[in-house]
Amino acid sequence: MAELIRYRDDEAVDHPAVTVDSFLDQSNANAVRVEPGDDARALIPHLTQLKLVEVNFPAFGDGRGYSSARILREAGYTGELRAVGDVLVDQVAYMRRCGFDAFEPDAALDPGDLAAALDRWPEVYQPTGDGRQPIWSKRHA
Amino acid sequence: MYKYDQYDQQMVDTRVEEFRDQTARRLAGKISEDQFKPLRLTNGLYLQLHAYMLRVAIPYGTLDSRQMHALADIADRYDRGYGHFTTRQNIQYNWIKLAEAPDLLADLAKVEMHAIQTSGNCIRNISSDHFAGAAADELVDPRPYAELLRQWSSFHPEFSYLPRKFKIAVIASDTDRAAMKLHDIGIQIVERDDALGAAFYVGGGMGRTPMVAPSIRDFVPLDQLVTYSEACLRVYNRYGRRDNKYKARIKILVHELGAEEYARQVEEEFAHLLGQGVEPPLAELERIKTYFADPAFQDASNDTIDRSDPDFALWVDRNTVPHKREGYVSAVISLKPVGGIPGDATARQMHVMAELAKSYSFDELRVMHTQNIVLPHVRKAQLYTLWQTLEAEGMGAPNLDTIEDIIACPGLDYCSLANARSIPVAQKISERFAETGKTAELGELKLKISGCINACGHHHAGHIGILGVDKKGTENYQLLLGGSEAADTSLGKITGPGFSEDGIVDAVEKATDVYLRERSDGERFLDTYRRIGMEPFKEALYG
Ligand code: SF4
Repeated sequence: MAELIRYRDDEAVDHPAVTVDSFLDQSNANAVRVEPGDDARALIPHLTQLKLVEVNFPAFGDGRGYSSARILREAGYTGELRAVGDVLVDQVAYMRRCGFDAFEPDAALDPGDLAAALDRWPEVYQPTGDGRQPIWSKRHA
Repeated sequence: MYKYDQYDQQMVDTRVEEFRDQTARRLAGKISEDQFKPLRLTNGLYLQLHAYMLRVAIPYGTLDSRQMHALADIADRYDRGYGHFTTRQNIQYNWIKLAEAPDLLADLAKVEMHAIQTSGNCIRNISSDHFAGAAADELVDPRPYAELLRQWSSFHPEFSYLPRKFKIAVIASDTDRAAMKLHDIGIQIVERDDALGAAFYVGGGMGRTPMVAPSIRDFVPLDQLVTYSEACLRVYNRYGRRDNKYKARIKILVHELGAEEYARQVEEEFAHLLGQGVEPPLAELERIKTYFADPAFQDASNDTIDRSDPDFALWVDRNTVPHKREGYVSAVISLKPVGGIPGDATARQMHVMAELAKSYSFDELRVMHTQNIVLPHVRKAQLYTLWQTLEAEGMGAPNLDTIEDIIACPGLDYCSLANARSIPVAQKISERFAETGKTAELGELKLKISGCINACGHHHAGHIGILGVDKKGTENYQLLLGGSEAADTSLGKITGPGFSEDGIVDAVEKATDVYLRERSDGERFLDTYRRIGMEPFKEALYG
């Protein structure tokens, strides 16, 4: 397992995340793992209790986790949102845009490539809740 | 025509640099081919049978002479001196080297072009009516809406790893010239109570399970267009099937859920997204619209066409289309010379078309999904000179919408997925009908050929369709009848057992003979087929 990359200042949760099903059952955990087929909206009633949501990418080409991330951020979740699994350096910029602020990739990311990828895009076309001002908004400022 | 501002330019420039870096990392072995594949696909680069193929986006099929010249230069510099215009209003080059692709993209960016999202499981180039801005029957020019959606869908971080590719078409007239209902999302701009809005049709498509898109919502207000689109995509991204590539298009989701249930889920997501501020202000749409204002038409109401040259008169009858302005027409340049490769143009022909656009059509060209090129705004008085140049350059074929105006996918000559060749079949058919002289007699007859079930040649939507299949290791062709991509969209039906390469040419001729025998006044092939049904054709083919 490669190291954890975080873009947050708070303390990382140091115990494993539980599945969505068992979280909804036992409900005293503060870390949960969302699989691609899970409905992220099921977590919405419990967001204040959560400190960590891991979104698993078993294969990088399965993009459901991007929607899960945005849904949680749109619902007001402010805890750590961590992409885990088959997370590649060419995906992290889009993941950041969708609200992820931590990464735990299966294979280590080259720090230089990672910095370049995150630095790449000075402008964006769409608002996605990450606070970046879209081009249309600058045009009509 | 839309012009990039500093932001749009920066986006494509950034993309070129990103891909240059990705290609370098691939060539250095830092990323695997599996990991690289979606990155190159989203930059238009396919690995085909013999080389890389690069697909360049021509948003809603519109381009100017500077861009057409650049496409010609690219054909010379990076390919073998020609390009291939596609059914998605794009252009493809078939002989590209990976290491040169970043330079090619940089050349495109210099003329406000790109290959972004022309392939891969993302939102593809948005297509539209090739007569937009010129057609007499349009409510408004649909292209500003297509451009708004182009910007929204470009580099959309949530929708870059969809279950499958996603195609959107936008039209604004009741006559559908873009096969709108055969797209993942088809949008028609409509008017209600003096306000414009968008009717959404979702879940159409060709491929192995062809479907005509059902209506999902008959009116989305213009200031919610992006939000509603985002809702449609989010439901698909979350629930579209990912277990089976052949069931991953949105048409399967809509079909399995039912249009009503899909629409309900979209409404729920839509209601939620309305509070998220994803919609650009209407001022942005207004800004885009200014680029699509009418060109400075002259008073051409006294223009006449001198029909004394019969060849020219024939071309005028076949290849020009009425225009909203008196004295103007839209002129179609056929890329279907008899015996030629449908949609191919040489670099020289592209340069010529660019110059013609500059001289005669307010510097504008359009790519049709039927793989021809339109000069949208030509004065009648200038048609003869225009036609003479076309004739001299091998682009004067008077065969728009005839049986020679064949749509064909690249097929086994280029495509790694193909079962059979499409191009030679197209060549043989056009030669056969040109020889027998029946083309004129047959009138409007749309013939479409795909080299495999993926249906890039839209064979389901042809009045006559041909599908290449593999029959115990040899190329075999099925015949379909009765498809249409127009406002009366329908899907063709297979006649029966398939034919060999020469057999299919004979079969097409037999089918047209049935039509000539059975037709009543004014009926097109499609009308006769719809009236008399499949039986008489079957009898002629297999009886
Ligand atoms: S229809 Fe099949 S053979 Fe033709 S281009 Fe598409 S995938 Fe290739």
